[in-house]
Amino acid sequence: MNWYKFSSPKTFYPVAGSLAPYFLGVAGALLILGLYIAFFLAPTDFQQGEAYRIIFVHVPAAWMSMFVYLIMAGWSVVGLSLNSKLSYMMAQALAPTGAIFTFLALVTGSLWGKPMWGAWWVWDARLTSELILLFLYVGYMALHSALDDVRRADRATAVFALVSAVNVPIIYFSVKWWNTLHQGASVSLTQAPAMAKIMLMGMLIMSISFWMYTIGVALLRLQCIIAEREREIIWMNEAQRSE
Amino acid sequence: MKIAGILQALLWRDIKLAMRRQSDVVATLFFFVVAVSLFPLGIGSAPSLMHAIGPGVIWVAALLSSMLSLNRLFSSDYADGTLEQLLLVPMPLTLILAIKIFAHWIVAGLPLVILAPILGLQFDMGAKDIGILVLSLILGTPLLSLIGAIGAALILGMRGGGVLLAILVLPLYIPVLIFGAGAVTASVNGISPEGALSLIAAMLTLGVVFAPFAAAVALRISLE
Amino acid sequence: MLKVRALECRRGASLLMSDFNMSLEAGQLIHLQGANGTGKTSLLRIISGLSTQETGKVLWNDVDIRTAREDYSSNLIYIGHQPAIKDDLTVLENLTVSLKLNGVKVDIKRLEEALEVVGLARRKNLPARVLSQGQRRRLSLARLWLDQRPLWILDEPFNALDVQANKLLEERLDQHLVSSGMCILTSHHTPNIDKKLLTEVSLGL
Repeated sequence: MNWYKFSSPKTFYPVAGSLAPYFLGVAGALLILGLYIAFFLAPTDFQQGEAYRIIFVHVPAAWMSMFVYLIMAGWSVVGLSLNSKLSYMMAQALAPTGAIFTFLALVTGSLWGKPMWGAWWVWDARLTSELILLFLYVGYMALHSALDDVRRADRATAVFALVSAVNVPIIYFSVKWWNTLHQGASVSLTQAPAMAKIMLMGMLIMSISFWMYTIGVALLRLQCIIAEREREIIWMNEAQRSE
Repeated sequence: MKIAGILQALLWRDIKLAMRRQSDVVATLFFFVVAVSLFPLGIGSAPSLMHAIGPGVIWVAALLSSMLSLNRLFSSDYADGTLEQLLLVPMPLTLILAIKIFAHWIVAGLPLVILAPILGLQFDMGAKDIGILVLSLILGTPLLSLIGAIGAALILGMRGGGVLLAILVLPLYIPVLIFGAGAVTASVNGISPEGALSLIAAMLTLGVVFAPFAAAVALRISLE
Repeated sequence: MLKVRALECRRGASLLMSDFNMSLEAGQLIHLQGANGTGKTSLLRIISGLSTQETGKVLWNDVDIRTAREDYSSNLIYIGHQPAIKDDLTVLENLTVSLKLNGVKVDIKRLEEALEVVGLARRKNLPARVLSQGQRRRLSLARLWLDQRPLWILDEPFNALDVQANKLLEERLDQHLVSSGMCILTSHHTPNIDKKLLTEVSLGL
């Protein structure tokens, strides 16, 4: 099988379209299963009561937010080294989903924080890192939309994704260090209750569901991006011909 | 010998150009002072408060003023076509940019370091703490120029690039801010600042090695 | 010898040229012609190594210029649309810096002679911002009298030049070609040099 064939946007377009529904279907099914475990099977926590159940969304969303950024950086490396358009498009298609997961992790984190700590926002190391990650996603998307020339936008955002992805662990480490300097070991989301097997299962299923959702949505968005770029080329050629 | 001559000529050129436009340099410095002075006016000036916020305020202001001057790094060379010529200099672009970033630090970063002790006095810092402040800025401001150069190269020639530059660069500045201000805060609180300082030094080493290269890649992309 | 092989060039989504071939030999001048927007400047930028093409190759002595960038750069003088002059430096400083950056030994007497030739000797200590468009162009061209390199790539070198400077540049081009230099340039009018040395290339579909 010739894999290179699929690296051309035109041939990948129908493939993306036919694969996406399967991924989204699996994502939906797993989401229902995961939420069922979260709400009905997982036991009530004796310290935190029912409020802790939000971790079934919060933790997988936080995982995804980090993974997606790394994957974007990965596609950027592929794009820059092989100069393949599809890789750049892939990175571009993933960014909004990653940003949504980051946002979701922040919102669920603060919803969890209110009953736990009595405040909507605490400068917990993980939440703060997550917030900075959201800034990076926003920067990535802002850079892409600000550059009119697609070729430049693709490659410039790839450089940014790479540079910032290298920074993500440094940022995380520095924020953790900062947290201990200023607050001592006070509040932290790591102090979740010891996990029952069923809870771990629930979280795992939710993560897989999020993965499938990410892939499905990225494929659909990829189709939009390909169509948009093709249209521009066709439109330009027609305009040239009619001159 | 030839390489050294070329690099020397470039350094001389950039510093000379900055000296002929002193108002830019002075304006950035003035911004630094004004920004720092705003905080006590907004928060109040109780001595304990000054001790607590001083390091952070000075570092945040240094970060913002060094970001303000980033635009100058490439934009005027881009506008008059000399940047194209720099790309054609028979020498790795990475090396050229390393020199340009160094020149930028001399005219935009070093003055902040020199001015910082006076601002430290405003926040009632002791001599030892001021020493740490200066040291943290000496290690940290070059890093700001290095990271900022990548951002400046990415947004080259864009309309309204200034705001975008801030969005791109400020999140990447956060570790520098944390360890820079952290070192001084630690010193003010009587803890050893050594750990934070050596972490900045480590980041600076990484930055010197990788940032000019990344900036060179970004610059070539922007100049296509 | 410079060769361009099967070059494809795009600006944004529109195709400027495809399968473009060209070669330039010692003692030859190529005059690129074409209406506005046919990609003359884009082509010159690709040939000089400032931009990269989607497909195709530019070869200098049969080596791809992307693999031997620095060696290639040291054989070439590119003078673009913008004269690449710093307003805040004096005329003499501008010339000195541009030579030093290219690793040319600066001999102040020769510098002054070159400025004399291009008619800027009396203004050598003035900041470049007081120069007119034509004088800026003269200043950026002054390098051609000081820096010996085989390949010249000139984007509209005659722009803003008066009749006398026009003639001066044509003479210099002639000299360069006779001593087996090469040149590729864009211009609205055909340069008045020995027809045997001149090749016309037209762009545009």
